[in-house]
Amino acid sequence: MNDETILLAHGSGGRLSHDLIEKNFLPPLDNPFLARLDDSAVFDVSGRIAFTTDSYVVSPIFFPGGDIGKLAVCGTVNDLSMSGAAPLYLSLSFIVEEGLTLGELKKVLSSIKAAAEEAGVKIVTGDTKVVNRSSADKLFINTSGIGVIPEGVDISGANARVGDKIILSGTIGDHGIAVMSQREGLKFSVPVKSDCAPLNKLVSQMLEASRRIHCLRDPTRGGLATTLNEFARQSKVGIRIEEEKIPVRDGVRAACELLGFDPLYVANEGKLVAIVAPGDAPKILAKMKRNKYGAEAAVIGEVTSEHKGRVILKTNLGASRIVDMLSGELLPRIC
Amino acid sequence: MCLAVPVKVVSIDGKEAEVEIGGVKRRVSIVLTPEAKVGDYVLLHTGYAINVINEAEAQETLKILEEMASLE
Amino acid sequence: MKFIDEFRDVELAKNVIGRIKQISTRPTRLMEFCGGHTVSIMRSGLRQLLPPTVEMLSGPGCPVCVTANADIDKAIALAGLPDVIITTFGDMMKVPGSYSSLQRARAEEADVRIVYSTQDALQIARDNPTKSVIFIGIGFETTAPTIAASILEAESKGIKNYYVLCLSKLCPPIMKALLDLGELKLDGIVCPGHVSVIIGSRPYQFIPRDYGVACVISGFEPLDILLSVEMLVAQIETGKPKVEIAYRRGVNPQGNKTALVLMDTIFEIGSADWRGMGVVPASGLKIRKKFERFDAEKAFSITTEPVREAKGCICGDILRGVKIPLDCKLFRKACTPEHPVGPCMVSSEGSCAAYYQYGSEE
Repeated sequence: MNDETILLAHGSGGRLSHDLIEKNFLPPLDNPFLARLDDSAVFDVSGRIAFTTDSYVVSPIFFPGGDIGKLAVCGTVNDLSMSGAAPLYLSLSFIVEEGLTLGELKKVLSSIKAAAEEAGVKIVTGDTKVVNRSSADKLFINTSGIGVIPEGVDISGANARVGDKIILSGTIGDHGIAVMSQREGLKFSVPVKSDCAPLNKLVSQMLEASRRIHCLRDPTRGGLATTLNEFARQSKVGIRIEEEKIPVRDGVRAACELLGFDPLYVANEGKLVAIVAPGDAPKILAKMKRNKYGAEAAVIGEVTSEHKGRVILKTNLGASRIVDMLSGELLPRIC
Repeated sequence: MCLAVPVKVVSIDGKEAEVEIGGVKRRVSIVLTPEAKVGDYVLLHTGYAINVINEAEAQETLKILEEMASLE
Repeated sequence: MKFIDEFRDVELAKNVIGRIKQISTRPTRLMEFCGGHTVSIMRSGLRQLLPPTVEMLSGPGCPVCVTANADIDKAIALAGLPDVIITTFGDMMKVPGSYSSLQRARAEEADVRIVYSTQDALQIARDNPTKSVIFIGIGFETTAPTIAASILEAESKGIKNYYVLCLSKLCPPIMKALLDLGELKLDGIVCPGHVSVIIGSRPYQFIPRDYGVACVISGFEPLDILLSVEMLVAQIETGKPKVEIAYRRGVNPQGNKTALVLMDTIFEIGSADWRGMGVVPASGLKIRKKFERFDAEKAFSITTEPVREAKGCICGDILRGVKIPLDCKLFRKACTPEHPVGPCMVSSEGSCAAYYQYGSEE
């Protein structure tokens, strides 16, 4: 049954489509909005609304620690959380390559259910299309999400101030290495799982500890280096970080050595970088460490008035060097 | 150039070996280092072991590095 | 990680830096030949820690950077053939040839796949018996034995659809060519550690003997490089240049005999086209006649447009150490990692990419 493949006919809107949705999509994602099977979800929301959209095209779709479904939910929840919003409702659109098996689809849906439950969000509307073989890489998922930002919270990449401390919520490089290790031509067995996780509860706990959180971002594609550069540019400040303060798992370090990567540029899907008022850094850090997604949180640097727009790293040897944004793809190298 | 990383030989199967570093494992070729034994460390370059690391020499080098700058 | 972490120790680094400062009395010009050394130096910020008497120049030792446009054009032309799968190390994907790059070719429907090892390329050949799998064989003597091994394996296992575009180059001949150009006054060379694992230390003996330049074969961790700098400075201060091995845990004076024999079985020495130097005799490897059925250049007929060098690109001068990236009019303007004009900006070991990414804060 699970070997059964999705056909173009499943996306055409007819009986097969309805069957697919009612038998496979509704049960795991069950909620009053979806159950109505109306064209739009209708609800009341008041306050400042955060609204985000994203598309997920990761390949392979299953990797150690997660899959495209978990990624889609967590990624969207996190985008909302990074504005300080409490995420509420998500939409999910599937573009399925003809030939994906029902078993694979069910696995993805089950991950979506688990992630949505953990984050406390509802998938309230969705869509499914099926395309010809080779027109999509197994499965693409597009999402959008709505959340509400509490009063008095103003978080933006442009808000960093000189003297602020920079907090990283945990180890870097886990997701990128976990996915990369599965790619054809690069197969390594790594003791590393994707860190894919919903961070909304961590963020709300941080906001309970202090409202003086100026910037928040999850360092996804491009890694920590790119995110810090974005902050430096948006806020027109300099950023200094210390290599020895940045936590990296042994397995990630080893895989990076083998492939010639710098962990600073490898993607993360369950981490955040916060730029906070220096006086509040200790209590924010303490609060983060009590959450499983912040257990290894650390202060890694600070905001300065020098070298505006640039990120400088103090190396383990005590010298300084510039850390630029990632340009293009992270490619494994032999040289 | 020539990224080569020290890895530990965990098991050998003919012309191939399973090696490990920091918990990361991979099957690699040892055709260039037929003398490699389980427990040896080898330098791994593009999926081939290119030599067996001389652990005694490594210790010697560390000793040389440890000599303090003399206070003349 | 054993044999890595110990050689990154801060306290030991301070020791060696202190010792270098004590013995270095005169301006000393060193070249780190190998791109891997350039990256390690820049990543650790080592240059800043050395005394002002010691100047470090980056050399051409990046197999990607020295690959000529004509050869990149050949690889792209092969990618355009029907039923061909190109397998390549990641390093080559973004390098611009005369008109395009492998990355662009892939976007235009060519089947180009990144592999970590020739072993992976052989597997792709086994998995795709109706296609021709061509491996883009760049690299120096470190990589050449692995390519030779793959050809031997293809032969012994009857893999009939595996080919190699042989672009392997040799280090000692190019070091000689550089010294012969006489453009640089060099006091010492930090010699490539992993190339030396294969070839040993003897091939460098002509350098101190005929040119009076000091040579130390160096490992790649910051402490390895610092130790090598110290040994070079010591040779130079006493006026006694020779070839020494600092990377003793990796390099034997005789090199890796098994690898050398394998290389000799499959390859013979021929001329090679080096960016910035032109065609240099006896500086590259060609597949021997006995194994020519694996030679992509013989097995496939391709036509390429006339070779074109990018206007304003001074990669050649940078590779020869006569200019630095900051001297280039295109650096950071027309030529950036996103839109590279020349390979020095693409390769993670290229001088320009290193300067762009890791340039010191001064």
